[in-house]
Amino acid sequence: MEIIGLTKENIEKISQIKHEEQWILDYRLKCFELFKTIDMPSYGPKYDLDFDKVIYYKNDDNKINSNWNNVSEDVKKEFECLGVIDSEKYLDGIGVQYESEVIYHNMLEELVKKNVIFTSIEMAMKKYPDLVKKYFSKIVSPTDNKFTALNGAVFSGGSFIYIPPNTTLDRPLQSYFRINSRGMGQFERTLIVVDDNSHLHYVEGCTAPTYSDSSLHAAVVEIYVGKNSSCRYTTIQNWATNVLNLVTKRALVEENGVMEWIDGNIGSRATMKYPACILKGDNSSGTCVTISVATKEQQQDSGARMIHIGKNTKSNIISKSISRFVGNATYRGKVEIKESAINSKAIVKCDSLILDKDSKSDAYPTNICRTSLSNIEHEATVSRINEDNLFYLMSKGLTEEKATELIVLGFIEKFREELPMEYAVELNQLLKRNL
Amino acid sequence: MLKTENLNVTVGDKKILNNFNIDIKDGEIHAIMGPNGTGKSTLSKVIMGNKNYNIESGNIIFDGEVINDLSTDERARRGLFISMQNPISIEGVQNSEFLKTAINARRESPVGLYEFMKTIKCAAEELDMKEEMIHRAINVGASGGERKKNEVLQIKLLKPSFIILDELDSGLDIDSLKTVCENINSYLKENPSTSVLIITHYPRILEYIKPHFVHMMICGKIVKTGDYNLAFDIEKNGYSDTFTISENEKNE
Repeated sequence: MEIIGLTKENIEKISQIKHEEQWILDYRLKCFELFKTIDMPSYGPKYDLDFDKVIYYKNDDNKINSNWNNVSEDVKKEFECLGVIDSEKYLDGIGVQYESEVIYHNMLEELVKKNVIFTSIEMAMKKYPDLVKKYFSKIVSPTDNKFTALNGAVFSGGSFIYIPPNTTLDRPLQSYFRINSRGMGQFERTLIVVDDNSHLHYVEGCTAPTYSDSSLHAAVVEIYVGKNSSCRYTTIQNWATNVLNLVTKRALVEENGVMEWIDGNIGSRATMKYPACILKGDNSSGTCVTISVATKEQQQDSGARMIHIGKNTKSNIISKSISRFVGNATYRGKVEIKESAINSKAIVKCDSLILDKDSKSDAYPTNICRTSLSNIEHEATVSRINEDNLFYLMSKGLTEEKATELIVLGFIEKFREELPMEYAVELNQLLKRNL
Repeated sequence: MLKTENLNVTVGDKKILNNFNIDIKDGEIHAIMGPNGTGKSTLSKVIMGNKNYNIESGNIIFDGEVINDLSTDERARRGLFISMQNPISIEGVQNSEFLKTAINARRESPVGLYEFMKTIKCAAEELDMKEEMIHRAINVGASGGERKKNEVLQIKLLKPSFIILDELDSGLDIDSLKTVCENINSYLKENPSTSVLIITHYPRILEYIKPHFVHMMICGKIVKTGDYNLAFDIEKNGYSDTFTISENEKNE
């Protein structure tokens, strides 16, 4: 089953396949109308995208399994090769999306008993409609940009997580997204609610094979962090270099809440992604540690947004980019301290490493502080590989290649140290392959 | 072991080494002394193949082979080692990871993690180094003395056959200097064919690591060669007087 092209009929078809309630279809159609009125982003990477040619929906089988033996042999093998099945033992729960639909979901029994919910967004809309309605589309409005409207119209798959009050998970929950078809669009919608006094670490991985036609990934992630709660969201996107990765991620943080985005961008042809924290509650804080690796004509346009509303709020953006082989890594970020956010503090630190003369790195920071009782610090560096460092390492016997690798990995150490062990190792392997 | 033949080296338009000749045989310890800016540190970097320096003419010969065109890392893997005058720090690169990579660059199969940790801990202890230095990023937040100890730690692990000690004593307090030199001496005792080139302003270090030959270097060339005692003549009379005396002796 495959749906190509963006029309009202196709959207209705998607809704039908999913046996959705009327409010969801109404939402989709409203988003479609908005989509038609919103222009493409005026900034960022340039790419060709023909909305009529994108596959908006594709599935083989609509069932969500909790046992890999029930997943079709080919698909199972693919995820086995990617190491996804093996990684389950490090996690409290895992969800897997293949093309448009979530095909696998499993979570420890003990979490079910704690009333933790970890399922697909569709399943959540059926089983917990009131809970979903309370938060859905409240943090990221479809009017935000063309791709949030598009996602609203055609969203399919994505995770829903609800952590009840006073609950701490020992290990991360993970979702894994895979695009496998040429020209495929993946439009997952993730909604995470960490209720008061609770803690969650969520990990997201994504890959796709390379085709000559572009694939499109336009996801929306909404996170609600309740009072005294914390949420850490770790992603390493390793999309193939034909994927357009245009993603809106935003968290709303209540009093004393903590939101951390750990965001790695290695793959894709072009990425536009600026994880955001709206620091609504007093004493809330937001962190975004992001790395971008732009090689072989990739365009990584990434950064973070921190909006301070509550008093005594803190934000911290650490952005590291590496560009090589006509790569373009851009930092685009916004920090705004509203008048109400007295005694707040924001720190932005952007470092770029440019490895050859054909590559580039730009920075477009917007820092606005509307109260004299708060402040923003901004620090930025652009550098090449330091010759003295290279000579030092080589004089001890390391080849130029190996020495460069160590220096580059050292450059993003701040990011690596935030990752769980298995991912840090995986990241090293990825970077060695890509650089 | 290591020999230079009529080595002429420039950086930009400036000539730094001027028909420089030295011949260091297996197991010998040589010291080069000279005033600031005379080309001592350049010599050590040229021997290590630093690309900022241009060899106009002449040869560097290591174990009977001209190595002028060998890359820095290849020289290092063949057994050349330099303990830098001011070892730099490198953010984010863990010392132990770097050392393991350097060891593996010299081996067919990678060193076992257990064996490596045992060796490095033992070597650090002998140097009276804090263990956390091993796990820190290379020299980040380290004092001058700690940095020098780190260089000597590398000697103990990488087992070079030719060692350049560039101003080893700078940054080291007297107790640390003693420890460091004891470690070098025991390394030389265990590896008696290893040769050493000590580059220094002051004769103090030569009391700890006794050279077979002392060379006085001025304006890019060796102007006088003697034994251990030359170092103390230099200390007593200064470079220019020692040089003048020797010139006068020649003329007489």
